[in-house]
Amino acid sequence: MTSAALRSRAWKLLEMVTTPLLPSDYLDLVSPLRAGADLRGRIEAVHPETDDAATVVIRPGRGWRGHTAGQYMRIGVDVDGVRLWRAYSITSPTNRQDGRVTITVKAIPDGKVSNHLVRRVKSGTLIQLDQATGDFVLPQARPAKVLHLTAGSGITPVMGMLRDIEFDDVVMVHCAPRPQDVIFRDELHDLVADRKLRLIEVHTDTDGMLDIARLDELVPDWAERETWACGPAGLLDAAEEHWSGHGVQERLHTERFRPGVAVAGDGCGGGEVTFRATGKTVDADGATPLLDVGEEAGVLMPSGCRMGICFGCVTPLKAGAVRDLRTGEITEAEPGVLIQTCVSAAAGPCVIER
Amino acid sequence: MTAIDPTAHLTAEQIEELGRELDAIRDEVIASRGEKDAAYIRKVISAQRKLELVSRGVLLFSLFPPAWVLGTAGLSVAKIMDNMEIGHNVLHGQWDWMRDPKIHSTTWEWDHVSPADQWKHSHNELHHTYTNVLGKDNDLGYGIMRVDEDQEWHPLHLGQPLWNFVNACFFEYGIAAYDLELGENLHKRRRKNPEFRARARAVGRKIRNQVLKDYVIHPLLSGPSFLTTLAATFTANLVRNIWSHSVIMCGHFPEGVQVFERRSIKDETRGQWYLRQMMGSANISGSRAMHFMTGNLSHQIEHHLFPDLPSNRYAEVAVKVRALFEKYELEYVTGPLPRQVFSAWRKVFRLSLPNRKPGIKTPDRERELVAA
Repeated sequence: MTSAALRSRAWKLLEMVTTPLLPSDYLDLVSPLRAGADLRGRIEAVHPETDDAATVVIRPGRGWRGHTAGQYMRIGVDVDGVRLWRAYSITSPTNRQDGRVTITVKAIPDGKVSNHLVRRVKSGTLIQLDQATGDFVLPQARPAKVLHLTAGSGITPVMGMLRDIEFDDVVMVHCAPRPQDVIFRDELHDLVADRKLRLIEVHTDTDGMLDIARLDELVPDWAERETWACGPAGLLDAAEEHWSGHGVQERLHTERFRPGVAVAGDGCGGGEVTFRATGKTVDADGATPLLDVGEEAGVLMPSGCRMGICFGCVTPLKAGAVRDLRTGEITEAEPGVLIQTCVSAAAGPCVIER
Repeated sequence: MTAIDPTAHLTAEQIEELGRELDAIRDEVIASRGEKDAAYIRKVISAQRKLELVSRGVLLFSLFPPAWVLGTAGLSVAKIMDNMEIGHNVLHGQWDWMRDPKIHSTTWEWDHVSPADQWKHSHNELHHTYTNVLGKDNDLGYGIMRVDEDQEWHPLHLGQPLWNFVNACFFEYGIAAYDLELGENLHKRRRKNPEFRARARAVGRKIRNQVLKDYVIHPLLSGPSFLTTLAATFTANLVRNIWSHSVIMCGHFPEGVQVFERRSIKDETRGQWYLRQMMGSANISGSRAMHFMTGNLSHQIEHHLFPDLPSNRYAEVAVKVRALFEKYELEYVTGPLPRQVFSAWRKVFRLSLPNRKPGIKTPDRERELVAA
């Protein structure tokens, strides 16, 4: 018998010892970060960056597969007892010696998770993690000339890149309301002092919003540069238009923190959702997952990862249509159609079996 | 049982007002659910797992009498915690709001031979919706006993004190059979129903796993203590079964608890539903430890009013609910465990015999809520 087969036999036996629980339920008590456990992390420190931003240092579990500069990770944090999932760009370099990863979080007004992480979370807290993902990354071959166009917390994935690789020629145009709002400002200025970075700060409180046409004057050779842009939708929309207007759109890489698919006004304004088994009907917008809609309405909803991976929340769609919040894809009711309520929002009136 | 409707003095408006007041109590708890509650259930789960682990560890040496006593006591308590404060309440969805898939009504499985999903159907859906409605709520006597004068007497009922005792000893098997509706489904035609067969197989799998674990694997792991460990796990299961049976009997069987006619729930309003839960349930008074060991089912009345509120909040809810009972001049049936158990058993014995004055049946009309 191979050792793998032996191990699986032994594991089966262990499952018989612990039934109806799993061996992992007991192991989690003593070693939640061990190899083979669900991926978790422990918050080890929170360092303030600005008035409303902080860097969270996380020791990931043994199952962490590492990341590529520019990627993000989803984390599940318990806020007021409720587990909420959010995605944050990773700001630590890939070769960090102690194996820790960092995310840098900006507290947004009324943001439950961001305010919790910036102001309240204690070191030692266990959080749920998901493997790093995202294709807002550098290519294998290092580009000769680089431009980073960022605004606000859009600087975070780019900081992960700057800390990871030394570029020969890199310019950063970064927008923030005031100088003290620039996250990582000291570190950026150190890079400038070491002649490793050319930095253009746009302080929007005094300078006004960045007009994309000003790039010609700020970075005359922008069109020759491989560009990574991250920030609010307005900036990215303008950049995409500008780059494709000049026929160089293949040099522009953008990262949107919020999926642009659920914008109201383009026929995805939501609708009335009926939960058939419980007989409840509520109004839902086109951006809130049906899982949240149901839970808010007090319907017992099956749930799992809350990010469209585990299929623990699938439920039959009996009538109407839903929109996949990740892809914008519309699914219409047909016999046998199951939807994942955690990534589906109402696309008009719909009925689900709950 | 009284021939007079104890809610007859309430007007329809009062009943709806009562419903609104209960809704307000519920809303208040929901709005204040948070970190403390989440920490509570996590702590209980972790304590239960540690207690079970340690007790089973001690039982490896159960050949030594002190180890046997200690391990058996610990395992009994661990099993009671698993079924009562954790399993029953998690499966009610009381902790689903935490959005933790590991402590969720859709994923939880308990140390019990009835699979969680089957139990959720017969308990959460049927019993909690049709509480104490004759012919609809099979928890009234579990289909094997007569627990109300209005149920027809049959000579088989003479044996019900015995069934009830056997059921108490093997309660988890009784519940599994009950969830399967075994009595009804053993008829020839129903037996072949594929849906029933699938459910029966699921129960079979669970029984096999539980029996293997308690009566084969753990005794085997104990080596020379095989027999004493076997006796210990059997004892722990017996203790757990008798304990949960007793607690559950106290919920709806004691004297003073009302039962309802099928017709009475037609077009029932929310206020009337609440009132039926209030009159159809009974509490157990006692210390915090007592409430914990009953899985807070000692607050049966509160649990029936708000089955999905976290169990750790029933104690504070009970104060407000009791005040409403007083305000509306209703009887809040409660008492210490021995008294309530005695009361329930007395009823089981009394109703094993035909009604004392046959022919005089309680007029249905007067006992109906709709009449109020």
